[in-house]
Amino acid sequence: MSAGTEKIDVTVADVTPVNELVTRFRFVRSDGGPMPTFSGGAHTVVEMQDGGRTRLNPYSLMSDPADRSGFSISVRRDDAGRGGSLYMHTKVHQGMKMVVSNPVNLFSLDLRARKHLMIAGGIGITPFMAQIKQLTAMNGNFELHYAVRTAALATYADELHATHPTRVHIYHDDRGEAIKLERLLDGQPLGTHLYVCGPKGMIAWVRKSAEELGWPREAVHHEEFLAPASGKPFEVKLALSNKVIKVGENQSLLEAIEEAGVDAPYLCRGGACGQCETDVIGYDGKFLHNDHWLTDDQKSGGKKIMPCVSRFEGKTLVLDR
Amino acid sequence: MIETTITPSIASRPVYSRLEPRPGKAHLLIADAEGAEAILALAEVAPRDFFAQAHIIHIRKTTAGTYTERLRGLKPSQFYSGPTYEAAVPRIRRTLLGAHMGLQVYLAGTESLMGQAMQEAAQAGIPYGAIQAEHRGSTARRMQCVHCKGITEDVTTDPFVCSHCGLHLFVRDHYSRRLAAFQGVRVDAEDPGNIPEPVERFR
Amino acid sequence: MTINFNDETFYGDFTFRNSPKAVQRFPFPFPEDSYMYSVNLEPHKSYRPGSVYERTFDVDEHYVAEMKDRARVLADDPLRCQSLPHMTLAGWDLVELIMTAKAEEYPDLFELHRDGDRWRWINRPLGIDDTFTFLDETTLPYGPMEYITRQTQGDFAILDQRDDNLWMDAGMVTTQADWSLDFDIGMNFFEWHAPVPKAHEMGVFVRALKFLLNIQQGAPARRLNWTMTINPLLDTSPENYHKWGAMKQELTAENVGRMMHLRVELQTLFRLPRSNALVFPIRCYLIRLEDLVTVPKWGRRFHRVIRDLPVELATYKGFVNNRPKIVEWLSKYDDGAPTSPGIWPD
Repeated sequence: MSAGTEKIDVTVADVTPVNELVTRFRFVRSDGGPMPTFSGGAHTVVEMQDGGRTRLNPYSLMSDPADRSGFSISVRRDDAGRGGSLYMHTKVHQGMKMVVSNPVNLFSLDLRARKHLMIAGGIGITPFMAQIKQLTAMNGNFELHYAVRTAALATYADELHATHPTRVHIYHDDRGEAIKLERLLDGQPLGTHLYVCGPKGMIAWVRKSAEELGWPREAVHHEEFLAPASGKPFEVKLALSNKVIKVGENQSLLEAIEEAGVDAPYLCRGGACGQCETDVIGYDGKFLHNDHWLTDDQKSGGKKIMPCVSRFEGKTLVLDR
Repeated sequence: MIETTITPSIASRPVYSRLEPRPGKAHLLIADAEGAEAILALAEVAPRDFFAQAHIIHIRKTTAGTYTERLRGLKPSQFYSGPTYEAAVPRIRRTLLGAHMGLQVYLAGTESLMGQAMQEAAQAGIPYGAIQAEHRGSTARRMQCVHCKGITEDVTTDPFVCSHCGLHLFVRDHYSRRLAAFQGVRVDAEDPGNIPEPVERFR
Repeated sequence: MTINFNDETFYGDFTFRNSPKAVQRFPFPFPEDSYMYSVNLEPHKSYRPGSVYERTFDVDEHYVAEMKDRARVLADDPLRCQSLPHMTLAGWDLVELIMTAKAEEYPDLFELHRDGDRWRWINRPLGIDDTFTFLDETTLPYGPMEYITRQTQGDFAILDQRDDNLWMDAGMVTTQADWSLDFDIGMNFFEWHAPVPKAHEMGVFVRALKFLLNIQQGAPARRLNWTMTINPLLDTSPENYHKWGAMKQELTAENVGRMMHLRVELQTLFRLPRSNALVFPIRCYLIRLEDLVTVPKWGRRFHRVIRDLPVELATYKGFVNNRPKIVEWLSKYDDGAPTSPGIWPD
């Protein structure tokens, strides 16, 4: 059973450029009904019909979970990417009909925490927007440290700081301001949970520092939407469905399977959650494992692949789909 | 000293392993009786500055002064040697209250000590998975009577008598971390009065 | 639609009875002549009008009596309903889920009026008319989970999803098949299933957990589980085992049909939106064997299932000692004829 089978027909209510790189999109239900509520940190998977090819991209919900009138997401334009953000910025306009998934949460708050310590980098601010609104409504204890490149690109920083002046700290890279991570992680009360969302390098830095300072794994949460890597096209045989598919250069294996009309489970579409794990029946070639899910043994074992982000090079690959 | 004789069984039955030094800003080590041996073994592989940031709490029980000087000799920044777990609880709670993220917790000794100390640490906000536990010494069990909810300490036979309600209970391996106890269920529920001869299973 | 609610007991004098309609719609769980554990989860979609699978939360003739029995069990032992502090939000999610479903599917019995956060809930069968503020537990007589589950048939476990695992951090458990909420609350998925024999080695729980972690908002799932009970006793808890355990000795070759009951759990799973938790309702249906065998296919099949069940399962399900008597009695209803696949009567 695929995730995202529960879809919502929406109309684009607003397209608002926030700054030079980031645009906010607001979706309302096309039938006028209330949106489902959700837990802060959840994302929605937006379906894009881009010149005959269907893309499914996850975006964090940044709107207030208690606001049932619509969903808001913010997308950072990445010209060098696979085209999803470009599509959003150039093709999506007010009034357009689209399809989004029910909210899915792989980055939820641990409600047992005495304190929620949040570290955001760039567009990684979006899931925290919703979490902060949720925590504020429940008198929760949070603290946000938000690293931005410049004031002009400090998406939502002014609004956050104005609403929560003592809890929100902004660090402008062009002013030489940087998060003093070791000092920040020192002296936090027991029962603090740490959340990080931002570029890959920042996440790795925060997780490694926390581990070295003795923070338990269970208290450190992160979310990173890995974009599927591009690569040489390759051919795959789907044994169960008896089909042969070609995976394009800028297309993920999962997308190619879906394009062939074969139902494959997925959830995060970013190599982290394990739901799309697929058995390999046979192969002659080399795997390019780009996920964070399989163990090293599994990656070298040649019996499994995560089609959402990983690729293959070689003569044949036969999958159990 | 012999190490643990506890073997894994069902999924809820805790498993224990050797303590190892982990990176952290402070280290809290709590042990009872022969659990001190686990701390002494840890000291042989710990980095040089480990004990300068360590707080050792040792509950002597019947081992009297056997370990006190050797533990003190590790030169921990704080040291407590006390007679029983109950007497140590206020100190454990106060320590956890003042602690911060980056505290590593190491438990060693009987399951009863480790289970109860784990309750205190979890209550203070430390995830269970982050707490190390090495079994040493007695395998006597802390049992909860599922009928009256009373806890019977130091159970060595199966079946045993609930120290609260007097029912004869058989010993299950099903364990609750929240209660720090194994489950005891009436042994003659289906055939009242038919109580098997108790067998010594733990020491 | 009107339902005639039975005035019956599940305790003491055991006046519980299934009407012929209830017997016909009983959720017989065996699609084939033998049984072994499996994940057997399917989408919880509505089908077969009139069946137990039609509604989100099935309400039947036993509703009022079951709620009375629950109140009795809770008065005797309040520890059957517990909620760890961080689970209150999930309790509210459950209030919304049950109230909206029942008001929509049984409009003659339940009504929900919402004005922003001011909600008015009317439960006609139980004579309840309460107004409260959603998300403010000081405006309800009980915590939200306890409030709504005192009005809904079946047990409820609410599972917090953390660390790639599920944690049973809240529950209302008064009709369970022999497990203790007070003992198991706080355990994770593998731990609370620890006592189940064979299933762990079979990898059933690893596969099941992966599926459960993936359950999405708007896409609930369901499965069936089963055991047997002497007398229509809903409260077969370990806490009271010393009170009901001895009933097993009262079974004789003559009274099997009357005393022995098949007990089926219709288990459903819903993702809760605000808390991201999973709620696991466990709805218990009972049928006396002498009523069960009035459906010829079920009589034949059940005989074969019980006769051939592996001994570890019969032991774990608590009827291994009485199995010979039960099989002997059931054999009268099995002429060896072939049975059609699937659970429905022919």
